[in-house]
Amino acid sequence: MAESDAMPTLPKKCGPYISSVTSRGMNLVIRGIVLFFIGVFLALVLNLLQIQRNVTLFPPDVITSIFSSAWWVPPCCGTASAVIGLLYPCMDRHLGEPHKFKREWSSVMRCVAVFVGINHASAKVNFANNIQLSLTLAALSIGLWWTFDRSRSGFGLGIGIAFLATLVSQLLVYNGVYQYTSPDFLYVRSWLPCIFFAGGITMGNIGRQLAMYECKVIAEKSHED
Amino acid sequence: MTLTEKLRERISRAFYNHGLLCASYPIPIILFTGLCILACCYPLLKLPLPGTGPVEYSTPVKDYSPPSPDVSLQQGDLSERPDWYVGAPVAYIQQIFVKATVSPWQKNFLAVDVFRSPLSRVFQLVEEIRNHALRDSSGVKSLEEVCLQVTDLLPGLKKLRNLLPEHGCLLLSPGNFWQNDRERFNADPDIIKTIHQHEPKTLQTSATLKDLLFGLPGKYSGVNLYNRKRVVSYTVTLGLQRYDSRFLSSLRSRLKLLHPSPNCTLREENIVHVHFKEEIGIAELIPLVTTYIILFAYIYFSTRKIDMVKSKWGLALAAVVTVLSSLLMSVGLCTLFGLTPTLNGGEIFPYLVVVIGLENVLVLTKSVVSTPVDLEVKLRIAQGLSNESWSIMKNMATELGIILIGYFTLVPAIQEFCLFAVVGLVSDFFLQMFFFTTVLSIDIRRMELADLNKRLPAEACMPPAKPVSRSQRYERQPAMRPATPHTITLQPSSFRNLRLPKRLRVIYFFARTRLAQRLIMAGTVIWIGILVYTDPAGLRTYLTSQVTEQSPLGEAGLPPMPVPGGVLPAGDPKIDLSVFPSDPIQLSENQTQQREQKSGLESLTEVTWGPEDEEIWRKLSFRHWPSLFSYYNITLAKRYISILPAIPVTLYLNPQEALEVRHPQEANRYHPFLAPNSGKLGAEAQPDQASSKLQGHQDVTLYKVAALGLASGIILVLLLFCLYRVFCPKNYGQNGPSHSRRKRGDLPCDDYGYSPPETEIVPLVLRGHLMDIECLASDGMLLVSCCLVGQIRVWDAQTGDCLTVIPKPRLRRDSSGIFDYQESWDHSPDGKNGLDDSFENSHQLKRMLSPPQPLLFCDQPDLTSLIDTNFSERAKVAESETRLRAVGSRQKETGYDFSSLVGKAYEEHGTSSNCGNFTGLSAPHGRSLGDESFTSSPLPAWGGDLESSVWSLDLQGNLIVAGRSNGKLEVWDAIEGTLRSSNDEGQSGITALVFLNNRIVAARLNGSLDFFSLETHTSLNHLQFRGAPSRSSIPSSPVFSSSDVVVCQLTHTVSCAHQKPITALKAAAGRLVTGSQDHTLRVFRLEDSCCLFTLQGHSGAITAVYIDQTMVLASGGQDGAICLWDVLTGSKVSHMYAHRGDVTSLTCTTSCVISSGLDDVISIWDRSSGIKLYSIQQVGSEAAARERLRRLLGFSGPH
Repeated sequence: MAESDAMPTLPKKCGPYISSVTSRGMNLVIRGIVLFFIGVFLALVLNLLQIQRNVTLFPPDVITSIFSSAWWVPPCCGTASAVIGLLYPCMDRHLGEPHKFKREWSSVMRCVAVFVGINHASAKVNFANNIQLSLTLAALSIGLWWTFDRSRSGFGLGIGIAFLATLVSQLLVYNGVYQYTSPDFLYVRSWLPCIFFAGGITMGNIGRQLAMYECKVIAEKSHED
Repeated sequence: MTLTEKLRERISRAFYNHGLLCASYPIPIILFTGLCILACCYPLLKLPLPGTGPVEYSTPVKDYSPPSPDVSLQQGDLSERPDWYVGAPVAYIQQIFVKATVSPWQKNFLAVDVFRSPLSRVFQLVEEIRNHALRDSSGVKSLEEVCLQVTDLLPGLKKLRNLLPEHGCLLLSPGNFWQNDRERFNADPDIIKTIHQHEPKTLQTSATLKDLLFGLPGKYSGVNLYNRKRVVSYTVTLGLQRYDSRFLSSLRSRLKLLHPSPNCTLREENIVHVHFKEEIGIAELIPLVTTYIILFAYIYFSTRKIDMVKSKWGLALAAVVTVLSSLLMSVGLCTLFGLTPTLNGGEIFPYLVVVIGLENVLVLTKSVVSTPVDLEVKLRIAQGLSNESWSIMKNMATELGIILIGYFTLVPAIQEFCLFAVVGLVSDFFLQMFFFTTVLSIDIRRMELADLNKRLPAEACMPPAKPVSRSQRYERQPAMRPATPHTITLQPSSFRNLRLPKRLRVIYFFARTRLAQRLIMAGTVIWIGILVYTDPAGLRTYLTSQVTEQSPLGEAGLPPMPVPGGVLPAGDPKIDLSVFPSDPIQLSENQTQQREQKSGLESLTEVTWGPEDEEIWRKLSFRHWPSLFSYYNITLAKRYISILPAIPVTLYLNPQEALEVRHPQEANRYHPFLAPNSGKLGAEAQPDQASSKLQGHQDVTLYKVAALGLASGIILVLLLFCLYRVFCPKNYGQNGPSHSRRKRGDLPCDDYGYSPPETEIVPLVLRGHLMDIECLASDGMLLVSCCLVGQIRVWDAQTGDCLTVIPKPRLRRDSSGIFDYQESWDHSPDGKNGLDDSFENSHQLKRMLSPPQPLLFCDQPDLTSLIDTNFSERAKVAESETRLRAVGSRQKETGYDFSSLVGKAYEEHGTSSNCGNFTGLSAPHGRSLGDESFTSSPLPAWGGDLESSVWSLDLQGNLIVAGRSNGKLEVWDAIEGTLRSSNDEGQSGITALVFLNNRIVAARLNGSLDFFSLETHTSLNHLQFRGAPSRSSIPSSPVFSSSDVVVCQLTHTVSCAHQKPITALKAAAGRLVTGSQDHTLRVFRLEDSCCLFTLQGHSGAITAVYIDQTMVLASGGQDGAICLWDVLTGSKVSHMYAHRGDVTSLTCTTSCVISSGLDDVISIWDRSSGIKLYSIQQVGSEAAARERLRRLLGFSGPH
């Protein structure tokens, strides 16, 4: 792996902390943890939105927990977001086309805000019918991608994530783990893929931004040498 | 295509003109914008404030009938009727407002007697109400039929189980404290304790049990031990399911009949309907708070990119104001045109801000800031605006398009959002153009002013350095570096200070950001905000009652009191007040005395009803009713209750009654007065003491909380102060952190790039010298180098081509004449050209890059002399200023690398050489061996027969000035390689040279300074200017054409400028600074060589000196110290211990000082505070080895 190559080239002068931060493996772990917690947080918040509107129904006994949703939802979302957030920069590296569009924290924050807004809209805005809701959300998600990502790889990965996640949630609902109040797309709501797509783009954006630091550290290191 | 171009040009021009306008009339435009904002926000006044406060609506009691549940069936004036007034209310609230007093009052009564007997009457009253029944033709109607039947309390309220009715009618009275059981009441030894036992211990703003049962705020009840009014008020609250007017009026008339209130003036016309909005729960709040957090993060990350301006905070504020007021304007305009917002403003606000965004503002700032600084402010603004006009317009069009698409989703909520966003975008654009641009122009002007203040003295004694016009800038692009805003761009990274331990870095982080303080501050503000917001009514009543109670004039001074009048019936309060205006205790004492005199043992109390008793429920917290109903699991959210006019009941109790109900323990505890005169004071005091303990349930909690808060605040402050003292360096303070942060915030566009372009720069290698480089000079265009053998080469700094080679004089060593190898230097006396090169550019670029190497004639290593420059890169990146700066900093590094490279190459051979006897020749100011002998006069020993080496070089325009070891000064033409002039009036070797305009200053080995002036015998018409003719009035450094006769004339000599050899020489701003081995610096005026100051402060020889246009002088010495001086006053500004070992070179920017030393460290210092910002450790030990070698050989470089 590339990590093992990178290890011996570390300057000996650095202390254990710095070298651990600058080592790629450690960096990966840190990034993963950060992404995991971001995912957990977003999952909790967004779930709250959905539960308020009775979009999602969990069995009544789990609702009594303080997070007002099932215990397994936040960790799942966290893990998924960590994977996605690490996958995006990794794919960028492997494709050899570094992502250069709007690489700033303010842009990332904007992206997150729009993502929360999409969720908000899906939960709170009263649409005439489900088709309209889904179409609007799909347009919003594509808009999100166009505004903040604009890379083909990001689009592809987002589609893939949306597909996979929808499949998983179909299976979950099929097995009765939870359910939606008015399913209109097999067992789930038809806007679910849009939300997953937007979430994938957002987490990818965050992940890329975090990966930026790794790049910078490595660049600095080579500069030192 | 052409259309686009045309459009683009037109937009650009429009923006340019607009920028000019904004920058020309900033104040009127800002006023105009402010008026616009206010005008657009005016309609907002009509909008209700967002919040959860209840809304009221009154209808007359007469002909009242509950509104029909169907909206469409409503008749009458619908316009006045609020839309929530539909269907029956949750409940009708009937309050029976009781005021009771013991009258006449006997003065040997106890304080508890004030309320014990009045309270005892509540049981009777409740019975009366309960048993009331209306008998009419249709039969008997009892209260049970109309009242609101309540069932179980919420399971979580076991504590209140005995106190609130659990079955049957919702009827609340103070009697509930004793389960409506008179016997319990009579047996209760301590009423106040019973009442207060359920009061919350902490400060709570919502309704308490006491409020619920008394039906009015605790302050007004009069149930406490120092109720001087002796009137007790409470209510019996009745919840009714249905409105039965006949039943209610019969109840009313019966109660009035039983307990008449003769002077009651309460109005009874209106039923007030109170509508409660949806309560925002935690669950709803969390997403909201999250969006706001994201919003603030967005604003933070956006505004931190603002840089290179005078006031970062000011501009960030302006940016935020721009966005916010554009939103307000949008809402205001929409309201003006009849669209009432139905969305929850708080929820959509963050999304609106994000959609509108701060990007344009940042782009504008960046664009304006990156315009050339030497332009006029107006022009800079205009240029910056027009540069970005196209992209701004394009972005705005795109956003408008997207939002318009959203408008056609035909979902009402989204449509409304889009409408707001469109109007917001347009008004934001308007504000950006007028408000923000103007603020920016003011800011830039302020920065300019600050710069001007710094530069003024320099210009006063100098030929004014003028702004270079545009045409000429294009002509000499690379050399054209704006002089003032030199800023060092460092890689922003948290890992920069690699040597700091983690622990310290965390603490530094805390200290730098003042994280704890800010968190506490924000927490406090939020807490206060929540307090004020959630319960304004409760807090306000609390405060007013506090004020009235504690105010000495409380009773008489504030007429609208809960129970005024009837308080001081016997005495004359006005006389009392005039005699004892400020002492309540004395006052009451006095009253009692007077009362005593007048009425003997008794005083009459009269219950009065005033306008303040009107709708007493309004004084309750607005959570009163929701919390009452929530105990029975009835929510009032989005529903309403109807409050019927209260029924007044007045109770007079005679003293006998009061005595009867008195509890035996009370009589013991509250000791009765024995002697009428002496005991009176004690009796007054005793209840006071008791009350101070008991009444505390209301007040002491607040005081406790306040005291605790204060104490914890003080402790926190102390703790933080200690932390600050322990962890922060002594001179940590005002400027350091902000500067460092600004440095970090200074993010060039490529900062986040995956591949930083700087790393791709490859240094240019100049090959040609056969020996080590002795000295080097450059003005950005040309690079002149001289090697040990005296060969001077002129290089093109961009391409690396060798333009001219001036051969070694050694070839003509035997010729006694000096000029004989120049053939035709004096043939054609011609005019001179003015070269436009403003010297402030050239002198900053010029760096002595190479540390000089010892001259070794024997055993010379066969080196190919290497000169690395990367000047060529500058041409590539000159278009971007940020890169230019980055290159500037890199240039320094490569320069250092280069020197170490040469040093290493030299080192391989140097150790084996044994040429110590030549040391004196190449080390004009060697310090270790034979120092004194050299300084006296080393040169005569060798005379002129040995060929002399070049010790110093300087370059300006096309002229090279070379100072030789034999004291000869030569002026060469750089392009043609011809000797133009020469002067050998001095004997001592020239150790340092400065060539400014047409002035040459040479410092000699014996410590003297020679001032030469370079004169050209201008003839006839060869006066040409390479720049625009308009600049002819501006003196500029000359370019001498090859046909001129150049005469180098000695004008002044300062024979003994220093005691020891001069090692450093710099000139700028009309000043000349010399640094010498005698530990001192001297400042001379260039014109007349007058010595202005002698600066003492170093404890070693001066090795490096820097002075620039801003009259800032920096010096570094062998002691490793760097001193900053003020050249105007000659005072030392700051002193920093920079390096272990010599300071080898030194340069300054507007905010930083950069130094490198023999300890292989490059340090960057904050100029104003003298704090080390960064230090870069050079890898490798070449420099140390070189230093050892030098000490061994007794060498030292001229710099």
